[in-house]
Amino acid sequence: MSEKVLMKGNEALAEAAIIAGCRFFFGYPITPQTEVAAYMSKMLPKVGGTFLQAESEISAINMIYGASSAGFRCMTSSSSPGISLKSEGISYLAGSDLPAVICNVQRGSPGLGGIQPSQADYWQATRSAGHGDFHIMVFAPSTVQEMVDLIIRAFDRSDKYRVPAMMFADGMLGQMMEPVVLPEGKDIKTYDKPWATNGHKNKRPHNVTNSLYLDPYLLEKTIRERFARYDIIKEKEQLAEDYMTEDADIVVVAYGASSRVCRSAIVAARAEGIKAGMVRPMTLWPFPERAVRKAAETAKAFLSVEMSMGQMVDDVKLAIDCRRPVYFYGRTGGVVPTPGEVLEQIKAINGGLK
Amino acid sequence: MAIVYRRPKALNELEMHYCPGCNHGIVHRLVAEAIDELDIEGRTIGIAPVGCAVKAYDYFACDMVEAAHGRAPAIATGLKRTMPDSVVFTYQGDGDLAAIGMCETVHAAARGENITVIFINNAIYGMTGGQMAPTTLPNQITQTSPYGRDTKTTGFPIRVCEMLSTLEGVALAQRVAVDSVKNVRIAKKAIKRAFENQINGRGYSIIEILSACPTNWGLSPREALVWLRENMLKYYPLGIYKDKYPEGGESK
Repeated sequence: MSEKVLMKGNEALAEAAIIAGCRFFFGYPITPQTEVAAYMSKMLPKVGGTFLQAESEISAINMIYGASSAGFRCMTSSSSPGISLKSEGISYLAGSDLPAVICNVQRGSPGLGGIQPSQADYWQATRSAGHGDFHIMVFAPSTVQEMVDLIIRAFDRSDKYRVPAMMFADGMLGQMMEPVVLPEGKDIKTYDKPWATNGHKNKRPHNVTNSLYLDPYLLEKTIRERFARYDIIKEKEQLAEDYMTEDADIVVVAYGASSRVCRSAIVAARAEGIKAGMVRPMTLWPFPERAVRKAAETAKAFLSVEMSMGQMVDDVKLAIDCRRPVYFYGRTGGVVPTPGEVLEQIKAINGGLK
Repeated sequence: MAIVYRRPKALNELEMHYCPGCNHGIVHRLVAEAIDELDIEGRTIGIAPVGCAVKAYDYFACDMVEAAHGRAPAIATGLKRTMPDSVVFTYQGDGDLAAIGMCETVHAAARGENITVIFINNAIYGMTGGQMAPTTLPNQITQTSPYGRDTKTTGFPIRVCEMLSTLEGVALAQRVAVDSVKNVRIAKKAIKRAFENQINGRGYSIIEILSACPTNWGLSPREALVWLRENMLKYYPLGIYKDKYPEGGESK
C-alpha cells in the first residue's frame, strides 16, 4: 500500500488526474482553483503530457472538446464564474457524447461574487450545465482523499458512459491540506474509442464529432438514446455515505465542505441525546435518492444544509416525495456555517418533533 | 481514355447544398485536392464551422469535427496538441472567424498553433440570411444594415490577413479569390502551401478566400463576381501579407 502524504486539495486532485491517465490540461486562471493549473503546468511535461493556458474559459473548454474528440483523457478546471463561460462547451460535449472532466472549485456568486467557498452552483451543475436536454455526472468530495478517489472515478465513468463529469468542490476543499494515500494507478481501466476523430488512416470510413441534427426526429432519437444511458447511470452510479442514520430521527443531508460541519454538529447533537444522522451525497447527479429514501423509513424530519440559499433541498424533497418535513439551513456568499449553527437547527427541529 | 477531371478522393460523393454561384464548392474542391496531392487524408482532421459550410463535415472524407460558432481554432488546438503528427484544418466564415471567434483566432495565431485555417470572406452572414458581418463593406446593404453599413455607428470592416500578419506565430497569411481561372490557380497553390507549412511544423497558416454570396447579395452569380471584383478587391487587396518561409521570389 502507498504511503500517506500531506497534500493540498487542489494539488491532490491534479495529481490524481495524472494517475487516472489525464495527459492534457487546458485552463484559464481563476481563484480559488489556481493550484490545479499550476500543478499541471509543472507535472504534465514530466509525464509526456501537455499543459496549455488558454485565452479564456471558452477556449479552454473547446480545447477539451478537441482533445476529447481525438480520444484522449483531458481535464479543465475553473471556479464558478469561469464555469458559466464553459457552459457553452459543456453542452456541446454532452451533445457530441464526449467524455471530459471539468472541475468546479466553487466560490461565492452570482456575478463576480467573492472568492470564499460556496455551494451555490448546485442547480447549474445538476440542472443546467448548459443549454438543452442533458445531464453531466457530478461528484462531490468532502475530503482531500475523496478529491483523489472521486476524480479517478470521474475519469472512468466519463469514458464508460461518454458523459462529461464534473468534480464539484469548493474553495475550502481546494485549499485545505490533509493526509492522502495516492493510488499507484495499476487498475486504471482504459476504454476503446472507435468513435474518435483521430484520423481514419485509410482504414475506416470517416468519423464525425458532431452535435448538429437538422432532422428533429433524429435529434429526438439521439437525445432519447442518451437519456436511456442516463437511466443506467441513475441506477448504477448513486453514491452516498450514511452517517449514524440507522436510528436517526433527524437526518441531515449535506455534501462537501458543509457536510464536514454537519458531522461535528451531529456528534454534538448525539451527546445531547438527540438522534441525528446524515446522508452525505457523493454524487449530486445522479442524486442518491435511494439513500435518502432509505433514511426516510426511520427519519421523522430532514435538514438540508448547504452553502447556498437552498438548492439541493429540492432534490431531498423530490427523493422522498415530500413524505417527511424537509427543513433547510444555509449560509451563502462564501460564508461557511458553524457546527453550532447547525446544532441549533437540529435542536429546533427536535423540539418541534416532541 | 485519360481521365482529366474527377472528384477528389478527399470529398465524399454527395450532392452539396450550396447556392448557385457560391464559392464554397470551389474552395472545398481546392482543399480536397491539396489533401489528395499531399496524401494526408488518413491523418487529417477538419473542423467545420457554424454557418453555410456547416455540412462540410459530411462533404470531406477525412475525420471531421463540428465546432461551436467561432471555436474552431480552440478545438483545432486540442486536436493538434494531442496528435502532433496529425494535420488539422479549420474551415471558417467571416462571422465565425472574425466576429464571435476572433479571440480564438488571434490567440491560436499568436501561439503559432501549427494548423491550417481556410477563411471564407464573403462580407456577409450567409446561413442566417444575410446580416452585416465584421467584413461587410462600408455602405453595403445587408439585412441588419438596411440603409447601408454606416461606419460612424458600426465601425469599419476588419482586414484579417493584415491584422494577423503582425503576429510572430503566423507562418503564412495570404488573401486569394476564386473569381477567375488564374485566381483559382493561385488559391490552389496557397491552400496547398498552408498544408505544407503545417506538415513541416512551421506554425499557423491562414488563407483568406474572397468569396461570392449571390443569394444574400441579391445578385446573379455572374453579377456577384463583378461586384466582388469592383468592391471587395479594393478594400481587401489580394496578396501575401506574411510569409515566413517563402518559396523563391513569392513573398511580399
